Amino acid sequence: MTADVINWGLLALEPPGWGGVLLAGLFNSIKIALGGYSLGLVLGTGGACGKLYGGPVVKDLMEIYTTLVRAVPELVLILLLYYAGTDLLNRAAAALGYGTVNISGLAAGIFVIGVVQGAYATEVLRGAILAVPAGQIEAARAYGMSPLLTLRRVTLPAMLPHAIPGLSNLWLISTKDTALLAVVGFSELTLVTRQAAGATKAYMLFFCAAGALYLILTLVSNLIIRFIEARARRGWAAPS
Amino acid sequence: MRAEERAREAALLVELPPEETTVEATALTHLPSARGFFKPHRIVLMAVAGGLVFCAIWFLRWDWLPQYAGALAWGVGVSLLLLASTSILGFAIAVPIGLVQVTGPWPLKALAQGFCTIIRGTPLLLQLWLLYYGLGSLFPQFPAIRQSFLWPYLREAWPYGVAALTFSFAAYEGEVMRGAFAGVPRGELEAARAFGMSRWKLFWRIWLPRAVHRALPTLNGETVLQLKSTPLVATITVIDVYAVVSKIRQVTYLTYEPLLLLALIYLLLTALLVLAFRYFENKIPTRSV
Repeated sequence: MTADVINWGLLALEPPGWGGVLLAGLFNSIKIALGGYSLGLVLGTGGACGKLYGGPVVKDLMEIYTTLVRAVPELVLILLLYYAGTDLLNRAAAALGYGTVNISGLAAGIFVIGVVQGAYATEVLRGAILAVPAGQIEAARAYGMSPLLTLRRVTLPAMLPHAIPGLSNLWLISTKDTALLAVVGFSELTLVTRQAAGATKAYMLFFCAAGALYLILTLVSNLIIRFIEARARRGWAAPS
Repeated sequence: MRAEERAREAALLVELPPEETTVEATALTHLPSARGFFKPHRIVLMAVAGGLVFCAIWFLRWDWLPQYAGALAWGVGVSLLLLASTSILGFAIAVPIGLVQVTGPWPLKALAQGFCTIIRGTPLLLQLWLLYYGLGSLFPQFPAIRQSFLWPYLREAWPYGVAALTFSFAAYEGEVMRGAFAGVPRGELEAARAFGMSRWKLFWRIWLPRAVHRALPTLNGETVLQLKSTPLVATITVIDVYAVVSKIRQVTYLTYEPLLLLALIYLLLTALLVLAFRYFENKIPTRSV
């Protein structure tokens, strides 16, 4: 009886089943999450340094950036950045005489997730840098290190253990935010799941399967995060 | 003494679950202060911003605005109603979820943990579609449900949106409440018991108020995050402000203007929310440290 209700064959990896399509969607999601997260880390490091050490104008501009991203829904930001980003790039290309350029959905998705993650990472890293004892940074400066060398040798390594809980949460947020790209039509896991479900009418089966895939991604990420966290804190005293 | 205190605070910071440390990084919880706001460089920046706003008004098309003002106001109302109802319902579920994780028997504890893990481990959009398309396609197969008094509601989209948003809020806030319940000093609970309070009275008079007080700053952030999640319900045909703007974009073929207005609307709503929370936080008497 249950065999009639749940048709497991739909999840088969080969074409009559949709398992392969789902896995390809998951792979796309992971690619965007990884790319967007990395871009976000770069933007966040710059943003945090700008917020802490920049001049008054830079500080204010960074404040505007993080305020806007933290106050406006990701879905709206994604639409705005997606259309504005591709449109501006096309106009720039047209003005330079290249005609229209075709922007891949992957690049646009990474850019969009990266800009959003950048604002979050700015706040996380700013808090972590503030947690580094000021004396360590002053000592580095007293040794005559340049600001970049201080950042690379002292500030970044010393703040990393403080930043890891926040950064790991940002990674989980970025994997979940990739689902929002379904709204702009990028074929990541959530959208292909909906397409598969719509084609076969087995809505429950496919959405549960996609949920399981996301959950596995989260749980595996958690395992890796725990390992990294233990490694980053190996010099710390055990919490009493 | 002070150094010791600071070390303890630092340890506490590290011990907090990542959500509590990142909620402020992902949601706006403090508005820029007005004190010392007008500095020379800011006046220049504001002039630039004013110029940009003027350009946006002058060069972009806004003639559709009066025609859709009523629909937009209605949409904002729906969004706020969704936010308020799901936050209150979600919080009502979050309290038992947090509580059983601190003192409950292990089956309840495992159940609450499993709920939190599943909801927080999958995207809200997927949960929403699972409920709307999945359950929505499952329900009509049961005659008992089709004949029940709930059926007229279950055929609409908003109950699924409310359910998904409520569960999401309950799971994230449940984790926060777990930390808040666990963080209430034991001495206060013991004192209440020494006064002869029953467990029920202890919970209502001491444990819950103290936990809510501890959770209030995070609650602020979680509510802003919830506001930022509400536009997702537009994907299941609930007409909130995001859906109204999508409709305007389809009808007028404008790309940016409606989206910019939407961003502005959400910015204002977030600011209002932060102000409301600041008001409530100031209402609670605290000993200044």
